[in-house]
Amino acid sequence: MDIKVKLFAYLREGRDKVVLLDMNEGDTIKKAVKILNIDPKEISILLINGRDANIDSILVQGDTVSIFPPVGGG
Amino acid sequence: MNGYNGKILRVNLREKTVKVEDINTHDAERFIGGRGLGSKILLDEIDPKVDALSPDNKLIVITGPLTGAPVPTGGRYMVVTKSPLSGTVASSNSGGYWGAEFKATGYDAIIIEDKSEKPVYINIEDDKVEIRDGEHLWGKLVSETTKALKTAHGEKAKVLTIGPAGEKLSNIAAIINDEDRAAGRSGVGAVMGSKNLKAIVVKGSKKTNVYDEEKLKEVVSKLNKQIKEDGVTGTGLPAYGTAILVNIINENGVFPTHNFQTSQFDKAEEISGETLANDHLIKRTACYRCPIGCGRYVRIHDSEGGGPEYETIWAFGSNCGISDIKAIIDANFWCNEYGLDTISTGATLAAAMELREKGYIKEEDLAGPDLKFGNTEAIIYWTQKMGSREGFGHKLGMGSYRLCESYGAPELSMSVKKLEIPAYDPRAIQGQGVQYATSNRGGCHVRGYLISPEILGSPVKLDRFALEGKAQWAKTFQDLTAAIDSLGLCLFSSFAFSADDYAELYNAVTGSQHTGESLIGAGERIYNLERVFNLKAGIDGSYDTLPKRLLEEEIAEGPSKGNVTKLSVLLPEYYELRGWVDGAPTEEKLESLGL
Ligand code: SF4
Repeated sequence: MDIKVKLFAYLREGRDKVVLLDMNEGDTIKKAVKILNIDPKEISILLINGRDANIDSILVQGDTVSIFPPVGGG
Repeated sequence: MNGYNGKILRVNLREKTVKVEDINTHDAERFIGGRGLGSKILLDEIDPKVDALSPDNKLIVITGPLTGAPVPTGGRYMVVTKSPLSGTVASSNSGGYWGAEFKATGYDAIIIEDKSEKPVYINIEDDKVEIRDGEHLWGKLVSETTKALKTAHGEKAKVLTIGPAGEKLSNIAAIINDEDRAAGRSGVGAVMGSKNLKAIVVKGSKKTNVYDEEKLKEVVSKLNKQIKEDGVTGTGLPAYGTAILVNIINENGVFPTHNFQTSQFDKAEEISGETLANDHLIKRTACYRCPIGCGRYVRIHDSEGGGPEYETIWAFGSNCGISDIKAIIDANFWCNEYGLDTISTGATLAAAMELREKGYIKEEDLAGPDLKFGNTEAIIYWTQKMGSREGFGHKLGMGSYRLCESYGAPELSMSVKKLEIPAYDPRAIQGQGVQYATSNRGGCHVRGYLISPEILGSPVKLDRFALEGKAQWAKTFQDLTAAIDSLGLCLFSSFAFSADDYAELYNAVTGSQHTGESLIGAGERIYNLERVFNLKAGIDGSYDTLPKRLLEEEIAEGPSKGNVTKLSVLLPEYYELRGWVDGAPTEEKLESLGL
């Protein structure tokens, strides 16, 4: 299945901003993170299609995953 | 007195007198300093019903006990006065270096009374305080004024000034210090302008007395470590500044676009913190004793200067349909030069664009670039005209509420208590919604930054759509923030510090015996005091609401689709927690807080 992963802030260093992954039914965000060689400790916020998710969330065909390191402001 | 100088300056601009008074130590204990003590002085000394731009209003510039102390982010000062925009208490704070320098002159605060007949500025060099002729500075931009005053008083002097917008009494005029740091909101610049006061120059040599130097060193080194290790303060803010929020807020579908008509901007990437850092950042900058350094110093074309914050990028960017980051940087430069609040300026332009789109504003009204969403030329041109208050810019300079009201469409102003709401669509961030509605100064995100738990996951991640517990979160954040603003620290420290950490700092500097909990209690006292001011000014619970659009029109598309702020559920719960009836503290509540 096709999964779009969007990376932000310094997670883009050495990677593309947007990565298209071909994944299997039942795969979780953890798998995507592994493929992209991102240390889960660097992740602060995960979204699937703009809604809160976590590293064990199961992906379905066409999902967009957004991954952020700790960021803040105000 | 540890932490405080113990002295307040009282300057009467009509009589040209300067008096030195002792600080009221009892009040300093109960209201800390800065925002809290400033509000107490204001409530004691003015009738809250006064016209904010009349000589009867007072302008209080005040530091906190930690301002100028050797503590991380201890550079804040606060401007407390009655707001000409909202009619509420206004307290706008700013960083940079001016606050710490002022504290070093030996005073904690300056109370400015009445009005000078002619433009003047105040110069303070330790014990020497003079009111000087400022006619040659009147009409000058902020950078020109700062330069002229530094030439006159030396490079070490720090300058706080208004630009032409404040002189011309724009309701959204800011006070600017160190050229690009702003006490931005609530129109405090217009109050200064109404007094014919152009600037306050300070140069000081005194050190803030510390109660327990050893203990303070220990606490500071622990907190510096916390700042370094926290992902937000140690990595995110230093690398990208607040602009990093553009993408995350947009991905969540709460990035107000076209005056809150939609909540996602398809060109967010072009105006993101990542783009700003890659294409325009020259270096990061930091305020007094700040290890975080979230400030941006940027370049476009041949100009260099302070770069835009997240809220500024939003205000001129998605909210006006603009995807050209260079134009936003430019608009931000002009706001600093004219002394305008970037949030209210951008948000007022966005409201004008919707008025134009809906046919209220006619092309012939403008005599300038068309106020259409997406018109880059318009945001630059009209920002300057708002600053100089020429032509249609005069009307724009009133702020979005009065602008929309003048066309019979006040509901198109996205404001609370006439102060423009920034950058986060509260329809799908419920806690932020009740916070915006109940904020004592109106539509403001830094009176309680619920974005932190509801979106960013700090200190814990909350479900942004849920209602449960949100009223309590809003109250606690509002109270803790009131305490931080009164201590003289930057709110961004709260990503890394707990309430107990603040208490430890406060205790080490002043010798007080606070815990985190009692500090939040002091914050609650301050919050209620501000509320009392507002009630006496005629701003009652009926003003604790949101624009109709946010209560009734569901977000039309994107990940936050289908939501409105459920204020009718949240507000009664919030009042109950506060011990308020219809937005007013009960007698028992006031008594329990010692008010
Ligand atoms: S975090 Fe940013 S705004 Fe706050 S004191 Fe540091 S540099 Fe200034």
